[in-house]
Amino acid sequence: MSSNDPHGYKKTLSSPYSGVKGWIDSRLPLIRMMEAEYLKFPVPKSLNYFWSFGGIAMFCLIGLILSGIFLGMHYKPSAEDAFNSVERIMRDVQFGWLVRYLHMNLASFFFIAVYIHIFRALYFGSYKAPRELVFIFGMLMFLLMMGTAFLGYTLPWGQMSYWGATVITNLFSAIPVVGDAILLTLLGDFTVSDATVNRFYVLHWLLAFAIVGLVVFHVITLHMTGSNNPSGMEPQNWDETLSFHPYMTIKDTKAMVLFFIVVAFVLFFFPNIMGHSDNYIRANSMVTPAHIVPEWYFLPFYAILRAIPDKLGGVLAMFGSIAVLFILPWLDTSKVRSCLYRPIWRICVLLFALDFFILMYMGAKPASDIYVLISRIGTAYWFLFFLVLAPLVGYLETPRQPLTISNFLRDKKALT
Amino acid sequence: MSENNKPRRDFIKLASMTLGGVGAASLVVPFISTMQPGKDALALASTEIDLSPIPEGQSLTVIWRGKPVFIKHRMTDEIQSAKEINLDDLIDIQDDSARVLQDKWLVVLGVCTHLGCVPLGQKTTDNKGDFGGWFCPCHGSHYDTSGRIRKGPAPKNLEVPPYVFLTDNRIKIG
Ligand code: HEM
Ligand code: FES
Repeated sequence: MSSNDPHGYKKTLSSPYSGVKGWIDSRLPLIRMMEAEYLKFPVPKSLNYFWSFGGIAMFCLIGLILSGIFLGMHYKPSAEDAFNSVERIMRDVQFGWLVRYLHMNLASFFFIAVYIHIFRALYFGSYKAPRELVFIFGMLMFLLMMGTAFLGYTLPWGQMSYWGATVITNLFSAIPVVGDAILLTLLGDFTVSDATVNRFYVLHWLLAFAIVGLVVFHVITLHMTGSNNPSGMEPQNWDETLSFHPYMTIKDTKAMVLFFIVVAFVLFFFPNIMGHSDNYIRANSMVTPAHIVPEWYFLPFYAILRAIPDKLGGVLAMFGSIAVLFILPWLDTSKVRSCLYRPIWRICVLLFALDFFILMYMGAKPASDIYVLISRIGTAYWFLFFLVLAPLVGYLETPRQPLTISNFLRDKKALT
Repeated sequence: MSENNKPRRDFIKLASMTLGGVGAASLVVPFISTMQPGKDALALASTEIDLSPIPEGQSLTVIWRGKPVFIKHRMTDEIQSAKEINLDDLIDIQDDSARVLQDKWLVVLGVCTHLGCVPLGQKTTDNKGDFGGWFCPCHGSHYDTSGRIRKGPAPKNLEVPPYVFLTDNRIKIG
């Protein structure tokens, strides 16, 4: 910076555009940024459709916020009115049923998209240097998503809302010494009550917008390093990249259209398929439903909770199962990113995906002996995968490695 | 701005940052306090119950602080099985006499000490679990006729709320 321009003011003013666009851009450099980050942004030319799920998740989030705003215009956050206000949205508010079903189902599809997105990161090694922070911001968003969905599920004040909220908040009572104080602070009463649903409504909004904030950090960190790709190699030159627009915008649009056709199909034909019918019964603080289950996207973690026969132990295992993901970038000792070139790790990752589904199934079953046993094996593999296999396989395995993205694409062509 | 001013400036900087920090941190107290149960919720903290309508062998559920309280009019064999057990078999060791004021009446919170569900066993037709008291369907905890945890993930016995007998047939909880 020259001495007669202490704030770099002149630099800010110089926009590549002219006219109105230039006038705005020189004062608010958003247009410049969007062009650099979303139109010209170079991505590896070997990206496959797994790379579309980040954008899909983003659109789910936008849809949730939009439908949430319109729901919020009719929803009443009190123990007295909550259930009836949701019923009113379903019956009397014009198109209220659509907006609510949209919100309910987008929440589920948001998780579907994010789980695929996370699997992509695991399979192609996107969590490794230099993308550790991209991955960590992603995991933070996943945590907030789970929080937001849990808070939201309490709002319609059905039986599952009520008892789900009771069981989940009671997890905190397992913490020694301060547990009960934390529980009272969360609930604002001695049980899940009017005070609870009121604050959960506020926090449901707050966390949803906090996720939007984290998306910004996720994208900034991603755009510092650029995207990973199926080969796991960094592009060596411009020939190995494509500009985001039009190549990825078109590809992602295609993926989104297909994804949202599925969303629409479920939304219009089976809107309650991922929900639980007990939630259409008003909350009753005196009677617990005979079989309480969380929403499907929490089931693997719920199975881990129940696999441990000790209250505190179960809670620690459940939170631990997510905590280990945060340190995966440092647990995995291999220099090679993509599973396509790591024959042993590839099997471990695929088994991990299978384990996820097995635990999901177990979480939905009653806590009887055989299911608990399988949940224990599943839980053991979960931790084995992160704490033992990730460091060990990196040492033991001899990976194959393509030299460049161009080689990777040539090999792929030769195969097909 | 001579170098002599530096210690003075450092002092002002430190003092103002400390004051600002302490001031901001002290806001935590009122903010977190608002999240606690309000005075109205605390004020609802006692309930009186007439026991005379409860026949032997049956139970009543009442609400105290928004939680269900199980009042069980125990039969002789239920009292006996609660008393005549080997205390070492218990997960949360407690003698039955420490859990009741009068043997006939067991008063416990109907809140599973695992994660807060309401156990089954209040109705005569309910599943009462392996020990004839209550059974929590959420994750399978079994309680005996003294409300003590015998099997399953719950760590503690069903809590006995503070209560007194006002007359032989009347109790006050809280
Ligand atoms: C990360 C984004 C979000 C997720 C995952 C999410 C999830 C959920 C879920 C699972 C429910 C319960 C639906 C049901 O079974 O009825 C719900 C309810 C609700 N949400 Fe959200 N939500 C999100 C964002 C928002 C936002 C941004 C708002 C407000 C602007 C909002 C407002 C509401 C309202 C008013 C309800 C109660 C009505 C109802 O239960 O249908 N949500 N949310
Ligand atoms: S809440 Fe009763 S067993 Fe879990």
